[in-house]
Amino acid sequence: MSYFRAENLSLHFGGLKAVDAVSFAVERGEILSIIGPNGAGKSSIFNLISRIYRPTSGRIFFEDQDITEQPPYDIARLGIARTFQNIELFENATVLSNLLVGRHRHSTTQLWQELLFLPSVRANEKVHRRRVEQVIEFLDLEPYRDKLISGLPYGVRKVIELARALCSEPKLILLDEPSSGLNVEETDDMSFWIRDMKNELGVTVLMVEHDMSLVNRVSDRVIALNYGRVLAMGSPAEVQQHPDVVAAYLGA
Amino acid sequence: MRFLFKTDYEDDIKLFPHSGYLVSYGILLALLLIAPYVLSSYLMSQLVFVCIYATVGVALLILTGFTGQASLGHAAFLAIGAYTAAYLQKYNVPFPVYFLAAGLLTGCIGAMVGFPALRLQGIYLVIATISFALIVEEVLARWESVTNGNEGMRVKTLSLLGVAVPRDSPTFYFLCLAVLVLTIVGTLNLLRSPTGRAFVAIRDSETAARSMGVNVALYKVKSFAISAAITGFAGVLFAHKLSFISPEMFTLQLSIEFIIVILIGGSFSLHGAVLGAIFIVMIDPFLTYLKDDMPGIIAGIAAAFGAGAQEAADVQSRVAAFASLNGLKGAIYGIIIVLFVLFEPLGLYGRWLKIKLFFQLFPLYKRATFKRQKIYVKSERNR
Repeated sequence: MSYFRAENLSLHFGGLKAVDAVSFAVERGEILSIIGPNGAGKSSIFNLISRIYRPTSGRIFFEDQDITEQPPYDIARLGIARTFQNIELFENATVLSNLLVGRHRHSTTQLWQELLFLPSVRANEKVHRRRVEQVIEFLDLEPYRDKLISGLPYGVRKVIELARALCSEPKLILLDEPSSGLNVEETDDMSFWIRDMKNELGVTVLMVEHDMSLVNRVSDRVIALNYGRVLAMGSPAEVQQHPDVVAAYLGA
Repeated sequence: MRFLFKTDYEDDIKLFPHSGYLVSYGILLALLLIAPYVLSSYLMSQLVFVCIYATVGVALLILTGFTGQASLGHAAFLAIGAYTAAYLQKYNVPFPVYFLAAGLLTGCIGAMVGFPALRLQGIYLVIATISFALIVEEVLARWESVTNGNEGMRVKTLSLLGVAVPRDSPTFYFLCLAVLVLTIVGTLNLLRSPTGRAFVAIRDSETAARSMGVNVALYKVKSFAISAAITGFAGVLFAHKLSFISPEMFTLQLSIEFIIVILIGGSFSLHGAVLGAIFIVMIDPFLTYLKDDMPGIIAGIAAAFGAGAQEAADVQSRVAAFASLNGLKGAIYGIIIVLFVLFEPLGLYGRWLKIKLFFQLFPLYKRATFKRQKIYVKSERNR
């Protein structure tokens, strides 16, 4: 059985088939990229997995468990974290508290305990903060630690989104265009981090990306989509040479 | 300027970041403790109202400031707390019991209001809470067997462990102060633990909060319940302070006053609730003073500029007529809100922070420090 599996996943908006019977599997510890022209349904697949959209049909499995009907907050609790294409950070909070929200799935304390700030809450807080500091160090975010998000540049925000996802100690991470809006150096950094996430933290990565050089550098396998359908699947080189993919990008 | 070197995770958790805070808050507490033996009885009475309004302000901050759910229904929560106290008091229930009961009942009703609010956002939520407040007002007026209708209810003197605590005694003031301080400490505790961060997350991006594992619906209901419960506690004290309650005390205008408390104080920090409470409690006597003395002063000015006695008297009577217009107070409140939103969006506490930073950085202070950059990339699609 695969680690993560989507079976015949479909999402229809009226007559528009944003995602049309897509099936794929992610193996534990691999980096799988989804590529495709604009409107191919890449982000929609992510939104289906994190339950922002409800699939029209099809099923999703994670660690042999059917998660198609789970509420969105339970998806995160199972260990699937995500980032957003257009950055969804908590604007009026500091970087540190943004990252601490990432720890939410590990919080075990009850409301009345928190009101009194009992020793158990304090001990939990320290654990959370230690993990957050490790992520801050991993992604070189020290200079921004206590800054408000609303004053930070786009490139930094992109990294903070990744950091917030990592703080939840995910088993599977969904990266929605991690390099969009980043310059060449920042994209380089991002590719190293994605590699490190896999090698050092043992996170499985599912990624939507347009930048083919980044895809080539980090991906183990690539899926190409167009009009909500899978065109090709395989190693980066295979997929890029696949005639249907070439046709989709360049026209027949 | 003091630079803090953090060497321990505790440094980010503790309530007083450094010893300076301990000193200043210690002095403040000492001043508040000796206040009843120094201040006049009128000022003491105002101080009690400040405590009650600040407690409600903190409650509203939890809901509106930190969870981002606007409410114009807090007067109704206050009323429920007050009436619960008055009603249970008739059956000789002791103070600690009806105090807790009022908070619990208001909290439960708050949670019930929270459920329909799950599907509403922004202005629609405001309308829903207004309708809730109107329903409560109407129920209080009509449910005569319990609330005594428009005749109102008399609230007996508070009796704490067999000792009578009159509403103008120092003990009553200390009780209100204790409730306020405990509310603030509890809220601070909440804000430095996962629940408080989940509230802030919901305020800034529900989509992101959800995908980080926050059960948005549950936390919104929690926020409503906590906010309502605290307001209920304040309602008990409010009832005792007024010693008489009737439905027309808990109108929309009171809810708006609570919104003013947090808007003017600064809706991002608990300091704001206290500063806003001081503002709203003190503006009333100030307006009364203006109303009483302004006509005379303006007539005096008119006379000084060469107006005849007849004209001056004319001016005086006209200004007096204007000052006693119905709804003028509401209009003034409205103008105050608009001016603050336009020119001081961070409120009084924000202004204090700016002044503090000005002296800390002198002469290098930049006005742009507090300017918020506008962001256009955030998508509203996935709300």
